[in-house]
Amino acid sequence: MSKKEILTGAEALIRSLEMENVEIMFGLPGGCILPAYDPLLKSSIRHVLVRHEQGAGHMAQGYAHVTGRPGVAMVTSGPAATNMVTPLCDAFMDSIPMVCITGQVSTSAIGTDAFQECDTVGITRSVTKHNELVMRAEDIPLAIRQAFHIATTGRPGPVLVDVPKDVLQNTMEWHWPTDEDVLESLPGYRPITKGHPRMIKEAAKLLLASERPVLYLGGGVLKAHAAEAVRELAEMLKIPVVTTLMARGAFPDDHELCYGMPGMHGTATAITAMQKADLLCALGARFDDRVTGKVSSFAPDAKIIHVDIDPAEQGKVRKPDVPIVGDCRLVVEEIVKAVKELLAEGTTQVDITPWRSRVNGWKEQFPLTYEPSEPGARLKPQFCLEKLRDAAPKNTILVAGVGQHQMWSSLFWKFNEPYSWVNSGGLGTMGFSVPAAIGAKAARPDATVWAIDGDGCFQMTAQELVTATTEGIHVKIAILNNTYLGMVRQWQEMFYGERYSEVDLSGCPDFVKWAEAMGCVGIRVESPEEIDAAIEKANSINDRSVVVEFRVEEFEKVFPMVPAGASNDDVLLHPTQENRREFLK
Amino acid sequence: MSTINANNPYGDSHHHHILTVLVQNRPGVLARVASLFARRGYNIFSLAVAPTEDENYSRITIVVDISATPLEQIVKQLFKLIDVVRITELDPRKSVERELMVATVRADGDQRARVIEVAGIFEAKILAVGADVLTISLDGEPQKLDDFEELLRGYGIVESQRTGRVALPKLEREARKGATKGKAS
Repeated sequence: MSKKEILTGAEALIRSLEMENVEIMFGLPGGCILPAYDPLLKSSIRHVLVRHEQGAGHMAQGYAHVTGRPGVAMVTSGPAATNMVTPLCDAFMDSIPMVCITGQVSTSAIGTDAFQECDTVGITRSVTKHNELVMRAEDIPLAIRQAFHIATTGRPGPVLVDVPKDVLQNTMEWHWPTDEDVLESLPGYRPITKGHPRMIKEAAKLLLASERPVLYLGGGVLKAHAAEAVRELAEMLKIPVVTTLMARGAFPDDHELCYGMPGMHGTATAITAMQKADLLCALGARFDDRVTGKVSSFAPDAKIIHVDIDPAEQGKVRKPDVPIVGDCRLVVEEIVKAVKELLAEGTTQVDITPWRSRVNGWKEQFPLTYEPSEPGARLKPQFCLEKLRDAAPKNTILVAGVGQHQMWSSLFWKFNEPYSWVNSGGLGTMGFSVPAAIGAKAARPDATVWAIDGDGCFQMTAQELVTATTEGIHVKIAILNNTYLGMVRQWQEMFYGERYSEVDLSGCPDFVKWAEAMGCVGIRVESPEEIDAAIEKANSINDRSVVVEFRVEEFEKVFPMVPAGASNDDVLLHPTQENRREFLK
Repeated sequence: MSTINANNPYGDSHHHHILTVLVQNRPGVLARVASLFARRGYNIFSLAVAPTEDENYSRITIVVDISATPLEQIVKQLFKLIDVVRITELDPRKSVERELMVATVRADGDQRARVIEVAGIFEAKILAVGADVLTISLDGEPQKLDDFEELLRGYGIVESQRTGRVALPKLEREARKGATKGKAS
């Protein structure tokens, strides 16, 4: 072995990140993390300087969403750490691999209410998969290796490493822990990846024996890179597929077996197929309340196969008949094998063509729809989305904020590739899209990244457009500006007797000027005649970020809709389709 | 089981379970466990923590209320904590459980002799003596402590403190020496 090498904790931290093949990180320096920013000057890692720490977190998430690799953010102590809480929680809810480094006050000052001190580990405990306060410089390499290992294995999630300033300044003898060191240091962490063979066989039998099966895909399919395996399973047995908000793109929308998104704002077909199914094969999905509606009346006749890498998801909401803990890709591949074996042994699949034609009947009767706007009236948001979708270059990645525009994006876009959709599902973080789009574009400079945002969301994090401009990470933002907190307005209209309370955002700024002030191209679209040219112009600009403001109809609502707490059987259809409700029987 | 303490939440074995959780002996591990219970809305009845025979590990003994949440879900969520190495659920009927109580009890005049007598019956120790109070300690099965506490209450408990429960699986034979309790098992 070569001569021992003495590094500062800060140098060890940056080298550890390099050893983990970090190519880009998002952050903002400050007092306690200062020492780590010095060795960064000569590091191979690209650092993106954000304008607010929350932006760094969402950028790291956007990066992780489209690459499957952990996004890395680095910020200082105190307020920077608390600004990171939202992205950490968002990543935790959506199982996004992420490593966050925070500075901390010196070890001697911990607990004294020092300047910019906060209990970062305590505050972030319940929003991270794991977190750690590193108290000695020599412990940094192992802490970083553990963080990446934990963030990316099992059910992925965010890990935070809190490093006091003196730990960064102290010296240590450089060493890089081996895989064995990492495993030995984490005796309680051994995620199960291989499914139980007996359960896999049970699943295969059920899939062949069911008359009305549905494959219910969740975000876990993407996390496990299981899209291909799932497609093989679906095509082999011709089973209808639904993709949750987190799984859009995991199965191609243009596939004849794809029936789109289930849930509160899902398609009538996806919702009803699940309700009428006699078998739900849940793959990396967690029976979220937005999918199940009222749990007691969710898919009442369905047996459940539940494949999930997190044992705690099994039976959390709905008791599975066949629980399989394991990596979604490995398990589905085994199920495919087991099905083939059963078929080879002479077992035959129940004829599910009547089921498929029933589901296709719903699809025909209840397509996504909206009423075109009257001449001279404001644009319909769905119309804008269709236009954006149809003009989007190949390999476009779509990012959304949270609210009506997010649901319309998920419904009206066509996702035919995995990892082409980035959104905040579980936490529902308004303001997610601008920074997440920047993170996605930083990861995939080859792809066009369109963020669909609402006027409410945009005003929460749009300062990061400065980051986009200065860093040369050019994204395209479409603001569907209805001058309202649209989703809240929709609920107030439908469930609070049209009593609108604090949802009017009509005092909105001039978004075009805002965009221009931040070095972006700003375009406003107010009429259908302007829309094609505006989108074409936006798509043709590649040396700057573009913000297109679409002035859209204020009172447009998202349909279908299952009201909160209602049964999925009572889905509210688009008003023009309600007269056909009987077909959903 | 005795029914003397019908009001005592510890007494009803249908609603409580004992989990012994082996954790890595690291800063903050107790906070992780405790905040998980708080966040998921699970109730802790009692808690005892101490290093094990191997100083790298600590054992946390938790008595949990499962009337509201299935035990399975608590165990699975706990096991997701990275520092948790092993979780064992102890069936109260198949485990040895102990708690310790110290209590300062009024003992003036005639009462003094009666308190000392009750302490003697339970093989409790008198730790400190005051003009009109006694401080007594008793260790034993939770039920025995419940009984003792109930009896002392009649004399007037000035202050008392019980530890969390510790437990280990029962071996094939029970040591009988000094067994004053009458737990049917």
